[in-house]
Amino acid sequence: MVDDKAQSAKKMDVRYVANLARLSLTDDEVAQFQGQLDHIVEYFNQLRALDVDGVEPMAHATPVQNVFREDEVRPGLDRDTVLKNAPEHNPEVIMVPTIVE
Amino acid sequence: MLNTLTLHEIVEHLERRECRSEDVVQAVLDAIRRKDDRIHGYLTVDAEDALAQAKAADVARAAGRTGRLLGVPIAVKDVLNVRGQPCTCGSKILKGYTSPYDATAIARLRAEGAVFLGRTNMDEFAMGSTTENSAYGVTRNPWNMDGVPGGSSGGSAAVLAADEAIAALGSDTGGSVRQPASFCGCVGLKPTYGRISRYGLTAYASSLDQIGPMTKTVADAALLLEVMSGLDPADSSSLSVPVPDFRASLQKDLKGVTLGLPREYFVGGLHADVELRVQEAIEVCRKLGAKVVEVSLPRSREAIATYYIIAPAEASSNLSRFDGVRYGFRAAGAEDPIDLYKKTRAQGFGAEVKRRIILGTYVLSSGYYDAFYLRAQKVRTLIRRDFEEAFKSCDAILSPVAPTPAYRVGENSADPLQMYLGDIFTVPVNLAGICGLSVPCGFTADKLPVGLQVVGPALGEEAILRVGYAYEQATAWRSQRPEFSGSLS
Repeated sequence: MVDDKAQSAKKMDVRYVANLARLSLTDDEVAQFQGQLDHIVEYFNQLRALDVDGVEPMAHATPVQNVFREDEVRPGLDRDTVLKNAPEHNPEVIMVPTIVE
Repeated sequence: MLNTLTLHEIVEHLERRECRSEDVVQAVLDAIRRKDDRIHGYLTVDAEDALAQAKAADVARAAGRTGRLLGVPIAVKDVLNVRGQPCTCGSKILKGYTSPYDATAIARLRAEGAVFLGRTNMDEFAMGSTTENSAYGVTRNPWNMDGVPGGSSGGSAAVLAADEAIAALGSDTGGSVRQPASFCGCVGLKPTYGRISRYGLTAYASSLDQIGPMTKTVADAALLLEVMSGLDPADSSSLSVPVPDFRASLQKDLKGVTLGLPREYFVGGLHADVELRVQEAIEVCRKLGAKVVEVSLPRSREAIATYYIIAPAEASSNLSRFDGVRYGFRAAGAEDPIDLYKKTRAQGFGAEVKRRIILGTYVLSSGYYDAFYLRAQKVRTLIRRDFEEAFKSCDAILSPVAPTPAYRVGENSADPLQMYLGDIFTVPVNLAGICGLSVPCGFTADKLPVGLQVVGPALGEEAILRVGYAYEQATAWRSQRPEFSGSLS
């Protein structure tokens, strides 16, 4: 938990967070998003005023918990169909830049 | 003028053999040709394929086949997978993608004979309230060409208002079906979470997303809901509950119905004409026999903050799949896989999607998770409890759909928070997982449509459809059609 005061005073490190999300930003984008995102995060601070002690967090809207099915082999999409949507492929696999030399 | 008819009227015409599906599809294609270069509600229309589907439906009917939607064309928001058609989600990152399969909702419509005629414009990945965030250009509001159609399902709403469609589909994560329906003067339904399978709906925020019908009348929405609803093994969050005959709940009066008005919703901040129209609508419901009571939804005040933490958090995870590897756009010149992801996403996503991915990553990141994401999930519980409490004393809740009518194109584009605040009446419904209906309730002085929102409890679609239908039958807003003129003050 980050200290409340320190957190609200600190601006978001936009480039650091974008990197976590595998998103490169231009300097112009960083400048534009900084103000907008700080403004939005500041608005979020209104939630701190609410007493939520002992309240269960709600992750989903339905009462459904685990849904199981038999573990049986079923047809998926065939390779040719899948490869048609790939930006780069050979007849068998999707091509990507070298991962391991 | 078959394109101006409702879904039910078209079904009747087809069943009585007064027209062929081919005639209906041709009429809609003609309307698109006449109007859509100005409206830009469609991203793609495959006329040849649509006519082939229509002819096949006509042949099937002649051979004795029946189907609740046999030969009826439906416009589909570009976020839903239809086998063999593009699905860009309004994003450059999915340019060139062709759906290899049907979404479950689409498969169910297809099984009843529906024709899939075109793909409608939307805010990129359903993130936005104006359809201005599409990578493929702005859609115009047929009621005022300088206005936005709302969003994110703005294309579907606009093509309905312009009679370039008979019925359409949208998706609603925080109001994306109801708000454009309100801005364009058509009907939009956000079903209970789990009512319609999300399989094949490109995910934005999985705990909030629902597919919803967008139509010219309430009865049309009831029919599409009926066809699309029901348990689907491919979506573990779909509900195992019987699908009612929704049209059987449509009655012309509201005797025995209690309607709640949230006291927090009518305390200023509303556009004057919106407030007037909604108050008049409440009076109409009273005259139809409804009892009107005050209810309280105190935590709705925090709904926007809660929503804009939870939805971007889920989006940041869901959209990680768009990385240039398996489908869609791939940036050139990447040195290694990480570089490929970063460049592809930088070039493939628009500004609002980037903002929400960053925001979502931030609220989930170490040190902020408890303060933002976990806290928002707890407030979400409080919001749901508010509704549960309110529905102890009423059958449905009435409110505006949005605090204002359609914005001008470009009005809020530099201030995302201002734009988010417009979702105040719709996001609580998604957070609580309940259902909501947008019904036209008149116009502002500038002749922009206003929508009445009818909110029901979980699986309360019959109640809200009944209220919407009785109100619609008692008024005649649909008889007024847009003139395609411009200039907003």
